[in-house]
Amino acid sequence: MDIIIIGLLLGATYALMAMGLQLQYGVARIMNLANGEMLIAGAFGTFWFYTASNASPFYALIGVIPLAFAVNWAIYRVLIVPLVRRARNQGQLEVDCILATFGLSFILVGILLAVFGGEYLSYSYLARPIFILGEPYGLNRVAAFIGSLVLCLGLYLWLHRTRPGLALRAVSVNPAAAGLVSINVTRASALAFALGGAVTAAGGVLLSMFLTFDASLGVVFTLKALIIVILGGVSDIRGAILAAFILGLAETTVASLVDPGLTLAAAYLLFMAILLVRPEGLLGRRSS
Amino acid sequence: MRRRELLKYGAATTVAASFGQRIARAADPSVIKFGVVGPKTGPLAPGAAVTHFPNFKLWAYEINQRGGLKLKDGMHKVELIEYDDRTQPPETIKAVERLATVDKVDFIMPVYATGFNLAVAPIYAKYNYPLVTQACVTDQMDQLIKRYPNIFFVQGSTTSFAQAAIDILKKLKDDKQIGNKVAVVNVADDFGIELANAGRPIFKKAGFDIVYDKSYPLGTQDLAPVVKAAKAANPDAFVAWSYPPDTFGLAEQAKIEGLNVKAYYSAVATAFPGFYQKFGPAAENVLGAGGIKDTPEIRAYYKAHKEATGVDADYWGSPFYYSLLQMITQSIEGVGSMDLKAITAYLKSHTFKTIVGELDIRNQKLDKFYTVGQWQNGFFNAVAGVGFTDYSPVKLKTSWG
Repeated sequence: MDIIIIGLLLGATYALMAMGLQLQYGVARIMNLANGEMLIAGAFGTFWFYTASNASPFYALIGVIPLAFAVNWAIYRVLIVPLVRRARNQGQLEVDCILATFGLSFILVGILLAVFGGEYLSYSYLARPIFILGEPYGLNRVAAFIGSLVLCLGLYLWLHRTRPGLALRAVSVNPAAAGLVSINVTRASALAFALGGAVTAAGGVLLSMFLTFDASLGVVFTLKALIIVILGGVSDIRGAILAAFILGLAETTVASLVDPGLTLAAAYLLFMAILLVRPEGLLGRRSS
Repeated sequence: MRRRELLKYGAATTVAASFGQRIARAADPSVIKFGVVGPKTGPLAPGAAVTHFPNFKLWAYEINQRGGLKLKDGMHKVELIEYDDRTQPPETIKAVERLATVDKVDFIMPVYATGFNLAVAPIYAKYNYPLVTQACVTDQMDQLIKRYPNIFFVQGSTTSFAQAAIDILKKLKDDKQIGNKVAVVNVADDFGIELANAGRPIFKKAGFDIVYDKSYPLGTQDLAPVVKAAKAANPDAFVAWSYPPDTFGLAEQAKIEGLNVKAYYSAVATAFPGFYQKFGPAAENVLGAGGIKDTPEIRAYYKAHKEATGVDADYWGSPFYYSLLQMITQSIEGVGSMDLKAITAYLKSHTFKTIVGELDIRNQKLDKFYTVGQWQNGFFNAVAGVGFTDYSPVKLKTSWG
């Protein structure tokens, strides 16, 4: 039973890492390799906020989310739009985006380094046990789990129950056709990209309660998010969430029952197995 | 088109400028140039940001404050030329070559971390620069000393660190303060694997029963399964041959799980000031690699370090890093010029007064160092070492506060 709970907690952690990238890649169709740096920026902002004010890190969300939204909107407008205009097809756009955001990630690391320094930053918040069915779990992880669920549910409902959400899903299915039915594709993509950045930064805020960060760690989170997004299927946010929880459960099961040394191997094995059976990902659409 | 050209050159210059970061630019030929290479970015950057770079900054600041290095022909100010190796050995090698051949620096400081120092040892040897290493822990010291007459180790061997930690547990066991069951975990990376391999036979010989012995990958985000399983094995002592992020993660999880062992040890980064800042009273009586004797000189060093660099020094490498800079200063001033071979010879024939006491490096390795520390009242006191005589007594860990 504790394996399932630990696995779910870890899955929520992974979902926080991956949801933002899913929006950026799945809807805006921008493979953003600087995604992890945005997560670190959120975490560092929270660290700075918490050590300065000693208020709950949750309050940091109020500042981090709009700020990350604005920064990512600007990144899309300034850096990505010229690439989208120039690209003749989806393949070229992806290559250009990968190169551009790869460069962007170095710039962001440099900024983080200059602003916060290169040391490990971590603080203690809610680092006490909460007992579920008689077993102790970290209260901060449970809090992040709840935060993650709220975010997942909120995003899902927004995408599936509102008009702007519908527009975004239309763009994700077919940008050209979406333009024909008077959806402003550039705007919708910018919105998805900015929203993705904001969600990623919010993930950083929640994760900073129990993970130790440094300025250069972003790439680790980008890679994990990438695996989860591909695993879940690029076009559907439910896929990413599902994949995050499957990965969390699988890693915890292996760590508890087999050997903690094999968690990485298990994760990649699962990744390979699913891609062999379903190359389009768990909930992805088969491309025609 | 012109604008594009301009942009291109602009970008190229920015990249070039960011590659070499000069702390103090001086055309004055009397200024002595010291090269510094280390990771400002990449996985090892956070450690270097605490232990490596700030000490050089502090040292250069202090030397220039007092008027410079005193050579035969008068006082000379010093200048640092820094390069970021991005935690990639090929970059380290390139940067050191560049310092030697392009910048033509008068002296090159050691680089950061074991593998990196070993990778650049041949280049230092080729250009006769003494390589006075600190962040370099290996069991192959003696072979390396035989091969390179210019290498120095201001540090103990891997086995000496594992041995010292286990000796402390053995003493507690022999005094009947703890039982003989120990849970051991390690990070599946360089130093973690080396320590675990060195530790296994020593535990057996000391009469310990290893009830849990597992590794976990570097960068593991959730250590709950590891700590849960270790706790289920019901150990008397817990030893983690760990690296920085997991040192923090394990302690947090141990606190949450209530892993109430009487002796809790974690290796790298337990000595970081950030560890105590994060855990506060919960960190009390946690054992770890490193440690330093609490003296007025050391307290003054921590104060000066914080003031000059804005960063808190750690309780393992930092004071010894500073000591090696004191040794280099005394050697240069003793020789009275930047004659590299004479400086190497001076290091091999003298003893040095440093903030950690009188140090002897004549055999190219340090005669004394600390191996195990314990957080006691917010200071990471040395409780074991080699060559020193006065250590603080070990205390049992009663709770996670």
